[in-house]
Amino acid sequence: MRIKMFGAACAMALVGSAFAIPAQAQDSIFIPLLSYRTGPFAGSGIPIANGMNDYLSMLNERDGGIGGVKIAIEECETGYDTNKGLECYEKLKAKKPVVINPYSTGITLGLIPKAAVDKIPILSMAYGLSASADGNNFPWIFNPPATYWDGLSMILKYIGEKEGGIDKLKGKTIGYIFFEGGYGREPIPLLENLAKDFGFEIKLYPVTAQEMQNQSAQWLNVRRDRPAWMIMWGWGAMNPTAVKEAAKINFPMDKFVGVWWSGGEDDARPAGADAKGYLTLNMNGVGAQYPAIQDIMKHVVDKGKSQTAKDKVGENLYNRGVMNSVLMAEAVLNAQKITGRKAVTGEDVRRGFETLEISAARWKEIGLGDFAGPLKVTCANHNGHHAAYMQQWDGTKWVKASDWITPMTDKVQPLLTAASTEYVTKATGWPKRTEACDKAS
Amino acid sequence: MFYREAGQYKTSYEADQATFPVLQDRIGMIVILAVAFVVVPLTMSSFVINSVLIPFLIFSLAAIGLNLLLGYAGQLSLGTGAFMGVGAYACYKLTTIFPDANIILLIIVSGFASAAIGTVFGLPSLRIKGFYLMVGTLAAQFFLSWCFIRIPWLYNNNVSGAIEVPTRAVFGIPVSGPNATPVTRYLIVLTIVVVMTWIASNLVRGRIGRMWMAVRDMDIAAELIGIRLPRTKLLAFAVSSFYCGVAGAMMVFLWLGAAEPDAFNINRSFLILFMIIIGGLGSLIGSFIGAAFIWGLPIMLKSVPETFGISIGSATLEHLQFMVVGALIIFFLIVEPHGLARLWQIAKQKLRVWPFPY
Repeated sequence: MRIKMFGAACAMALVGSAFAIPAQAQDSIFIPLLSYRTGPFAGSGIPIANGMNDYLSMLNERDGGIGGVKIAIEECETGYDTNKGLECYEKLKAKKPVVINPYSTGITLGLIPKAAVDKIPILSMAYGLSASADGNNFPWIFNPPATYWDGLSMILKYIGEKEGGIDKLKGKTIGYIFFEGGYGREPIPLLENLAKDFGFEIKLYPVTAQEMQNQSAQWLNVRRDRPAWMIMWGWGAMNPTAVKEAAKINFPMDKFVGVWWSGGEDDARPAGADAKGYLTLNMNGVGAQYPAIQDIMKHVVDKGKSQTAKDKVGENLYNRGVMNSVLMAEAVLNAQKITGRKAVTGEDVRRGFETLEISAARWKEIGLGDFAGPLKVTCANHNGHHAAYMQQWDGTKWVKASDWITPMTDKVQPLLTAASTEYVTKATGWPKRTEACDKAS
Repeated sequence: MFYREAGQYKTSYEADQATFPVLQDRIGMIVILAVAFVVVPLTMSSFVINSVLIPFLIFSLAAIGLNLLLGYAGQLSLGTGAFMGVGAYACYKLTTIFPDANIILLIIVSGFASAAIGTVFGLPSLRIKGFYLMVGTLAAQFFLSWCFIRIPWLYNNNVSGAIEVPTRAVFGIPVSGPNATPVTRYLIVLTIVVVMTWIASNLVRGRIGRMWMAVRDMDIAAELIGIRLPRTKLLAFAVSSFYCGVAGAMMVFLWLGAAEPDAFNINRSFLILFMIIIGGLGSLIGSFIGAAFIWGLPIMLKSVPETFGISIGSATLEHLQFMVVGALIIFFLIVEPHGLARLWQIAKQKLRVWPFPY
C-alpha cells in the first residue's frame, strides 16, 4: 500500500510541475528548432538538426549572435509526428519565436493557417506546401529556394536530357515511389500533367509510414512493371531501404533519381558499392571545405559544444541544415536593417524574409562561396523557383553530376497559381494580405 | 471522517438511484466542474489548454467510446482510430456541403455517420468472439485507413491529401480554424464531453448497460434470459462508434485544425486501447484517468527538467520520457491489474473508514 501511495504522490507532484513556463529574456532573438532525433525519421532528422543548431551556435560564439544580439536556440523533439509538432509549437509560441522551422510537411500544413494569426513567419525550406510560394496569399510562409513541383520538373528535365531530348520520353514508363503522406503526394498532380504533355506513362508506388522499412512488395511491382526511370520522394528510413531494394532487384542505379530530401550520405551508404550511380537533386554544396563550416569546426564542434561527430560535419544533410540557418540569419539581419531595431520580432523577420537576397558575392562573404546558387525572395514570390543540381553516389561519397538545372516554370506556375487560389477559396475566410511590401534593402 | 455517507437517508427511489447518491461525491463533482468551466479558462496558459487539456478531454471521450464496447459489452475492437477518422471526415464533408450550418451540430451529427459505419463493421461480432473479433475490427481499421488515403472525394481532392479545417463561427464567435481562441474551443469540447459522459453514465447503469454487461459476462446465459444478442451487440458497436466519431471530429476541428490520414492509423487505436486498460475496463472515470495518464503524463514529464532548470537535449528528454512512462505503466499494472480506476475505488474505501481502519 505504501508503494501505491508513493506512486500517487509522484503523480500529483508531476501535475503541479507541468504548468510553469519560464519567461524569456527580451534581449535575445529566440529561434526554436523543431527537430527529430528519435523515431523512424531520425536518420534524416539528426544531421539536419545538427547543421541548423551548429551554424546558429557558431554565430553566437564567433560574432556574438546576429547584429550583436545573442540567438537563443531551443530544440523541441517532434519525432516527425504532427501532433507532437503542434504541441511543440504551442509550447514555443509563448517565448515569442521570430521564425519557425517545422521540418515536416505535415506540421507545416497544420501551422500555415496559424502563422498569420500568431504573427510568426514559417520557413519551410524546399518543403511544405508548394502553393505557399504565392506571397500574395501566404504572406507569412516562405519556402525558398525551390518547391517540390520545381524539383520534379528539374528531374524530368534531367531525364529528358539523358534520353536525348524531352520528346524521347514518349511511350516510356516512369515509376514514382513516394512517402504516403502530404510530402510524397504533393508532386503527383504535376507528374500527371507532365505525363500528359510529354506522353509518358506513370506508375505510382506508395510507401506508407508503417512499411517504410519493408518495401519488398513495391519493388516486386517495380520489377514487374520495368519502368525506364524511377523517381523517389522519400524521407527518413524510407530512403536507405529503397536504395537497398533497388540494388537487390538490379534496377539500374543511374536511372534512379531522388528529390533533394533523399540524398543523405546515410541514405546511400548502407547499400555501399551497390548504390553506385544513384542520383538525387541537391541545392547545397557537400563537404567541410567552406570557411563558414571550418568556423563551425573551430568554434563549436572542436570545443565540444555540439552533438555532431567530427566526421559528420560537411555531410549533405548537415550542410542542408546549415543552409537553412543561413537563410534565417540573413532574414534576421535584413529585419534589423529595415527596422533599425536589434531585438527583432516575428513581424520584423517576415519583412526580412520578403527582402531576402543572397547573391553569389554575399554567399562568399558569409564564408560559403559556391555553396548554393544566388537566392532571391520577393513579396509576390516567396520561393524564387531557383535551380538545383544533380549529384551522384560514387560508392563512398556524393559527387556533382550535372550543372544547375532550372525548373520548367511554364509548367509549374499555372499549377501553382491554381493551387494557391484553390487553397484560399476552400478555406473560407482566409485573410486578405494586409501586410505592406518593403522595398529591398 | 469527512467522506462518510452515514446519516444520509434516502427517502425516495429517485434519491437512491441518483448518479451521485453520496453528498460528498456531489460536492466533489460540482467543485471539479466549477474548476473546469471557470477556473481553468481564467488561469491556464494557452499551451496547457491547447496541448494538454483539449486533447485529454477528446481522448477521454474516445476512451469512453471504446470502454462502452470493450469494458461494458465485452466486444474486443481495434477499430477505434478508424471510427474516429470516420467522424472527422464526415464532419469535414458535412461542413463543405453545408458551410453555414452550426459546426457544433455537425460534429454531433458526424457521430451518426461513424455509428452507421461502426454497426456495419460490428456485424462479424454476431458470429465470432474475443480475439477473432479483434482481427475482424482490425480489418475495419485498415480498410477505413485505406479509404481516407485513396478516396480523394473525402478530402475534397486536396493536393496534400490532408483535411484542412476552415474557419467556422457560431453566433459570430469563431469556433474552428486559426482564429478560434483556445478557451472557446476548450469550453465547447468540455461541454460536449461532460454531456456525453453524463449520457454514458446513465446508459451503462440502465437497461441497455445491464444487457451489455450480461452479454459480456456470459453471452449464452444472456441469451437464455431473453436478451437478443444481435441487437445488443450491434447497439454497443453503434453507440461506441458514435462516441469515437464525435471525438474524432472534435480532434480535427477543435484541436488540430488539420489532419493527415495518418492521424487515424492503427497506433491511434492502440493508444485508446491502452488508455482504457491502464485506466480500468468498464469504468467511466477510468477512461478519464487513463487518458490523463497516457496523454498528459508524457507532456508533463517533458516539462519537469525545465522546471528545475536542468537542460537536457531534446532527444535525450524524449528517450527518458519513453522509459519513465513505460516503467510507470508496468508499475501500475503490477500494483493494480484492474486499472487506475480500481486504485481510485480503493482510495475511496480507505477514506470512508479513515482515521479508524478496521
